[in-house]
Amino acid sequence: MNAPAVKSYRGLVAILAATLAFAALPLFQPSPFLESFLYLLFFWIALATSWTILSGFTGYVSFGHGAFYGAGVYATANLGAHAPLWVCLLAGGLIAAVLGGAVGFVVFRVRRLRGELFALLTLALAIVLATIILNTPIDGGPGVSLMGVRLPRIYANPSSTIYLLGALVAMGSLATAWLVQYSSFGRGLFAISDDEDVAEILGVPTLGFKVAALALSSFLAGVAGAVHALFVSYVTVGETFSITVPLFVLLMSVLGGARHWLGPAIGAIFVTTLTNALVGGDWALAARALIGVTLIVATLYLPEGVIGFLAHRFRARAKPALAAAPIVEPAPEVGPKRPIGDVLLQCDDVHLAFRGVRALNGVTLEVREGEILGLVGPNGSGKSTLINVISGFYRPDAGRLVFAGSDVTADAGHRRARRGIARTFQIPRPFNRLSVLDNVVVAGQFGARGLDHGAALAQAQEWLSFVGLDARAQALPKELNLHQRKFLELARALASGARLIMLDEVLAGLTPAEITTAIDMVRKIHASGATIIFVEHNMRAVLALTDRLVVLNQGQIIAQGDPRAVMQDPLVISAYLGDADAHP
Amino acid sequence: MSVTLLGQSILSGIFSGSLYALLGLGLTLSWRYLKIINLAHFAFIFLAAYLTYQLAGPGGLPPLLVIALVAPLFFVMGYAQQAFLEHFKVDEFASIIITFGMTILAETFIQWIWSADFVRLETHFLRGSWELGPFFLPKQEMLMSAAALALCLVTAAFLRFTWIGKALRAGLDNPQIAASFGVPNKKLSLLIAGIAGALAGVGGAFMALLFTLAPSQIYSWFGVVLAAVLLGRVGSATGVFAAGLLIGVSEAITMAVTAPAWAPLAPFTLLILILVFWPERV
Repeated sequence: MNAPAVKSYRGLVAILAATLAFAALPLFQPSPFLESFLYLLFFWIALATSWTILSGFTGYVSFGHGAFYGAGVYATANLGAHAPLWVCLLAGGLIAAVLGGAVGFVVFRVRRLRGELFALLTLALAIVLATIILNTPIDGGPGVSLMGVRLPRIYANPSSTIYLLGALVAMGSLATAWLVQYSSFGRGLFAISDDEDVAEILGVPTLGFKVAALALSSFLAGVAGAVHALFVSYVTVGETFSITVPLFVLLMSVLGGARHWLGPAIGAIFVTTLTNALVGGDWALAARALIGVTLIVATLYLPEGVIGFLAHRFRARAKPALAAAPIVEPAPEVGPKRPIGDVLLQCDDVHLAFRGVRALNGVTLEVREGEILGLVGPNGSGKSTLINVISGFYRPDAGRLVFAGSDVTADAGHRRARRGIARTFQIPRPFNRLSVLDNVVVAGQFGARGLDHGAALAQAQEWLSFVGLDARAQALPKELNLHQRKFLELARALASGARLIMLDEVLAGLTPAEITTAIDMVRKIHASGATIIFVEHNMRAVLALTDRLVVLNQGQIIAQGDPRAVMQDPLVISAYLGDADAHP
Repeated sequence: MSVTLLGQSILSGIFSGSLYALLGLGLTLSWRYLKIINLAHFAFIFLAAYLTYQLAGPGGLPPLLVIALVAPLFFVMGYAQQAFLEHFKVDEFASIIITFGMTILAETFIQWIWSADFVRLETHFLRGSWELGPFFLPKQEMLMSAAALALCLVTAAFLRFTWIGKALRAGLDNPQIAASFGVPNKKLSLLIAGIAGALAGVGGAFMALLFTLAPSQIYSWFGVVLAAVLLGRVGSATGVFAAGLLIGVSEAITMAVTAPAWAPLAPFTLLILILVFWPERV
């Protein structure tokens, strides 16, 4: 483990210490008011933290958190009289997790389910669930009393026991959020929230991660609900599924900072303290108004919440120290260079149509290990579509793709990345809220190399110095210019350890001087052992770099072979310049 | 179940569905054309409802006059809100949170002025029902439904046929290019926000006419109206009316054949199915 990872264990130690302190508090006989206030604090911390594991980290805002929490509430309400408490809590969590996982599995399969649709879908789900519970024996209408529940005697006073359970659930949620945030799982979730398609192409199993995050988030909410049923002791559908629960959770997380494990807790403490400090008549009204104002002001001026604001200030101060860190030797070894000849990628009669427009019409193509294959053609000829098909972004209507001897036609994007296919984007698509370094770390962790965090970090630094971005490692991508962002794309593709790298118009938009360095860079990448598909309009670069040239026009290959010979082909000339007879 | 009961249920479904459409119309416009998911639309509706209650009840003004006063007032409110949101360049996601904050503020304001208790507008305006064979057609509901249908049709025609409607759609496709052809994007968005506000005002006036009011009820309309907006395809004025009717009638039939408490099941199950299996629809 390297230094930063060790340093951040502090958070976990602090959670543990807080857990012990809170657990011991009833021994000092605090006032019932303090105990119940702290319990409410724990309840909202647990709920807001659980929400953020899905919604804060991935950016998929759930308004259905009430449903998962409600599942837990009604688990205790129905099982409490018949089963020991730990069974109720576990059941509450598991029912919520299964519900969340099932919902996630169905809705996240919908391609490009936009964030706001997910939000409304979860809202609708909560309403449907509430209606079912209300009208079936699970509730039946009048509500359920929890008088018959057998509480374990951890502390003599039942309310102290409930307090303790609340503290454990809250601290457990915080610890879970911490573990997620600093794991590769969390890094994948953050990548999803910035650019889901790119995350998938870099090897993040986006569907699995989203479903897992939703299930985990639901589990914690379910357990929190199962405990909360004990606290309220009489549960009704109206209270449990009230829209204010998910809205308050959202409010707390946004206020505190939804992209950090500690953010929601800060928001929860602020809002809960405010609503509990100002009670009764006009004071309660004032507290509510203050919440409204805070919500508006915080969204406008603290878009990343309190914790985001603090982190920025902290990072601004820490920057010089990080920049001074020594950068080790450039150009790590990619692998032994193989002779040109073995087929690495085979595209077999690939067809793809968009609403009747034939983007690819029977493309058959071989890419051999170690070569630089040029792919050219007029705009709209299908070059980018072909790259998207090879990287797994589009699934072909017909045809077969074989990579390194295995059929990958049915593989999702992240599986192809694991096998060693990488690409860059013509218009760079970095993860905008991850640092330049973290952008490259994601590729190293999830790509063909599948490195652990420490190794990925070390290698990412090397790749950044390879492309000359080592000084900008801690910058955010938006602070880079176009040239640098294109090189960041290269560093990501390299860090993934891909055997096949597809470069989509890396030179477009660069100045002549920058083009020269970029061409050099492509040569270096090639020299390190990668096979390259080079899509470009700049013919000087194509002729300078490629071993073989393929020309696409209207979704079909019209010529291939030696670059210079292909460019003399009359078919190619007419595809580029138009048919002389058609436009006299 | 008798045919008469079923027919009366469907009628009441049409009435409630028209109200969903009336409340959703402004929302669907601002969502599509301003990229603002304006939860404060519900706050405007309730502010207008309480204002109508105050002016037409204790104030004694005729309800139609109150509608004529409330609509321009809320045009200004919508306009001002949009000017504020544009000043801060609020995006779609942030708009949900900010307008939710505004809704909380409006709720506390209402509670401060009119208390948290229920209030009911007592008026003799259009009391009672017409009778059509075995069916009862309550006059106030009939007027509201007619207004909802008329406003949806006029809005749809306005967007489709006028220069302003075409400019709006051009601005949506590509604001920079539209601007270079002389489309005043900013003025148009303020206009749309004003119209959405005025529609909230009209919706609120009918809400006061038909319902008992309490500040906490602002939130209870979120789900069903958003469902109508989405089902009707965001931005479509005729769509929100059709979707409102579909939801209202499916609710009413569910209630008639089972129990009133089952009412939300049909529309929200429908919404979930559409979102999952037909996401490009919305």
